[in-house]
Amino acid sequence: MSVIIILLIASISVAALFLAAFIWSVKSGQYDDEMSPPIRMLLDDTTNKSNHT
Amino acid sequence: MDFSTDTKTAIRCFHCGDKCINTKIVVAEKNFCCEGCKMVYEILNQTGMCSYYDLNNTPGAAQKFTVRPDKFSFLDDASIAQSILSFKDEHQIHVTFYLPQMHCSSCLWLIENLHKLEPAVASSHVNFERKEAAIIFNYQDCSLRKVAELLTRIGYEPYISYNDMGKQKPRINSSKIYRLGVAGFCFANIMLLSFPEYLGIDSKEKSLMLLFRYVNVLLSLPVFFYSAGEFYISAWQGVKQKFLNIDAPIVLAIWVTFFRSLYEIYTGAGGGYLDSMSGIVFFMLAGRVLQDRTQKKLSFERDYTSYFPVAVTKVIGKDSTTVALPEIQLGDTLKIYDQELIPADAILTRGNALIDYSFVTGESVPVTKEMGEIIYAGGKQLGGTIELLVIKEVAQGYLTSLWNKDAFKDDPIRDRSFVHAISYWFTWAVFITAFLAGLYWYFTNRVIMWNAVTAVLIVACPCALLLSNTFTNGSILRIFSNNKFYLKNASVIEKLAAADTLVFDKTGTLTTRAYQTVVYEGKPLTNAIKQKIGTLASQSSHPLSSAIVNWTGVLPGNPVIAFEQIPGSGIEGMVEDDLITLGSSLFVRGKNDTRSHNGAAVYVAVEGVYLGFFKFKNQYRTSIPDMLQRLTTRFNLLVISGDNDNERSYLRQLLGPSANLYFNQQPADKLTIVASLHKANNKTVMIGDGLNDAGALKQAHVGIAITDDTNNFTPASDAILDASKLALLEQFIQLAKANKVIVVTAFIISIIYNLIGLSFAVQGLLSPMIAAILMPISSISILLISFGFTNLTAKWMSL
Repeated sequence: MSVIIILLIASISVAALFLAAFIWSVKSGQYDDEMSPPIRMLLDDTTNKSNHT
Repeated sequence: MDFSTDTKTAIRCFHCGDKCINTKIVVAEKNFCCEGCKMVYEILNQTGMCSYYDLNNTPGAAQKFTVRPDKFSFLDDASIAQSILSFKDEHQIHVTFYLPQMHCSSCLWLIENLHKLEPAVASSHVNFERKEAAIIFNYQDCSLRKVAELLTRIGYEPYISYNDMGKQKPRINSSKIYRLGVAGFCFANIMLLSFPEYLGIDSKEKSLMLLFRYVNVLLSLPVFFYSAGEFYISAWQGVKQKFLNIDAPIVLAIWVTFFRSLYEIYTGAGGGYLDSMSGIVFFMLAGRVLQDRTQKKLSFERDYTSYFPVAVTKVIGKDSTTVALPEIQLGDTLKIYDQELIPADAILTRGNALIDYSFVTGESVPVTKEMGEIIYAGGKQLGGTIELLVIKEVAQGYLTSLWNKDAFKDDPIRDRSFVHAISYWFTWAVFITAFLAGLYWYFTNRVIMWNAVTAVLIVACPCALLLSNTFTNGSILRIFSNNKFYLKNASVIEKLAAADTLVFDKTGTLTTRAYQTVVYEGKPLTNAIKQKIGTLASQSSHPLSSAIVNWTGVLPGNPVIAFEQIPGSGIEGMVEDDLITLGSSLFVRGKNDTRSHNGAAVYVAVEGVYLGFFKFKNQYRTSIPDMLQRLTTRFNLLVISGDNDNERSYLRQLLGPSANLYFNQQPADKLTIVASLHKANNKTVMIGDGLNDAGALKQAHVGIAITDDTNNFTPASDAILDASKLALLEQFIQLAKANKVIVVTAFIISIIYNLIGLSFAVQGLLSPMIAAILMPISSISILLISFGFTNLTAKWMSL
């Protein structure tokens, strides 16, 4: 039953990792602009070759 | 079957989608409405950027007005440029331009591919919400001015105002989000670790139980010290002003819970209530975050500096140089071009001045100024170049000083919400209950006394009140935003609900700015005559002339011989051997008209024979007349206009005999009227759109700025409303009134939970498990009730 201590440590550390990821992602400013990433994602990475008039 | 000619569909411009009056502007079988649009297409075509047109239909903005080539010459000046850009090293400059024309994915694609048009651009990153482009370029190869001109050439002219000089944009404050995240993490883990105790851990597993409890304590520390800090700060600010707001009893509840739990865990008496504490902090923070979500793309704080340009042209002897606005001094001679703003109060020294003050004083017709007359800052010059002698510094101008009246600080007493009053009485009720319970147990069974007292203080927290208030506010703010009504913050909702007097500006608010309705009275005109009148009118840039051109439907470009424009009187010229005269009654007929049309009438004569006149009617926005009639029954109505009283009879008819109508008001007069209403204890809502309303907007209980395009400049206000939704004003106010009802209902329901909990608490029977069950159930049900009722009410009002 004392193995539960190890499980406890493991689960809290994983959760803490997610918390850190959350804080880091908000800090990085990626949520400041929610309208351009969806559009940007769909734009082609055009090279001069593939573009024709 | 011949499908080749469909005369009903108008030919539209490939670039901007406007109707092509001139169908001769064609490139590669594509029609354009003007040379400007065609030029943008050619630029993009040459550099292989036609994906712009593939991504969206007609993505461009109409390019009918060409930008003066020297417009960005002020960016060549090193000190001015320095104050605008954000970073500079030996090779690169980082600059952020505001491009209000951005509206679709094509715009984003084009701006982010700027490097294809100009190799010196290293990167350009768009923030679509704020309509900004952060551009990094090598300034050895391409100057800042060239970048601005490039953007202008492709149809995205940067809007650089005086406000952009030297101000660092404030970083968005995400501390509430961090606190929420931490609270959520701790709450979930504490809950998890409390399950063993609720679900029957074997009391022989003493060490495990202790372990869980102490880990809970550790996890509750960030909640107590960091996440709950939001409430400590708010409660402390209230206390400093000698006012117990709703956060004060919440802080008390949190502290009592925390310390009692610590005590219980330390003495081994129980598991404590840490899960309830962290849970309630989490839910309340969530409500706050939802309520305080502000619109990132709108600013409610704009003053005149966001309206004025960065620099103007100054004339010294024979030379012109660019000078930044703060450097303008008394006695400077400035050169102002067509469509440019007058930055400072000045006297006209050269040129023909036709000043459009509509945004500033509300006069809908541009004013002609003579040599030697004073021209006030904020007007826009229409027509040729003029020279002015500055008589007052920029910030001291007659109108600018009015906009800057700092006398309207936020009145903290005005901002007090009704929830604070409720929580005040609630707190007293709690203390009395706790006291009575303590007293009872003191005499009956002293052991239970502290148990009961602290339990009462834990249960009876007005958290449900806060929850329902914040979630209801958040929902209402969101519903308003969906209807293009953007509020500065949640406190405006209550102020709006209290409104009993509505003050409307006329030009630009009740009416659109354009002169669309032209009515002709007089002898009938043949089509040929109409064409000639239109041709003559197209030679003038006066807005009334443009309206006449539209009315006649004439293409510009037909020849006019001997064209003469007499400022203040009219225009005259020969079109195909007919002398056409357009202008004031005095000019055209040689005498004044006995009926006064107050300047909004243009008389016409052909070959000296007077034919008739054109009347210009304000065009009211759709459904406004209906709305005004409905509003007269419930509110005091006023219309205060800077314009003449053409519309007095019409408005009187709409608004009834009790409404007050004021015309020809100066901006200072508007302010005075609203101030006197305020003194008489009326709760006024001021609705206006221009700088002439800025003072009145600040002085009113609630100031709503109307705009046709939220990208445009709006004066400082409590709310911004898109002009197309003005007719919904009554429903907005009703929803705001419903706010109070919903919050009070939810609060009463929450009292039921409180009473259940209290019944356990006063008996000293409040176990952690009961608290842990009650807390989420009550929170979530209050949440759902607030949310549900708000949305139902909105649906009922068809918002």
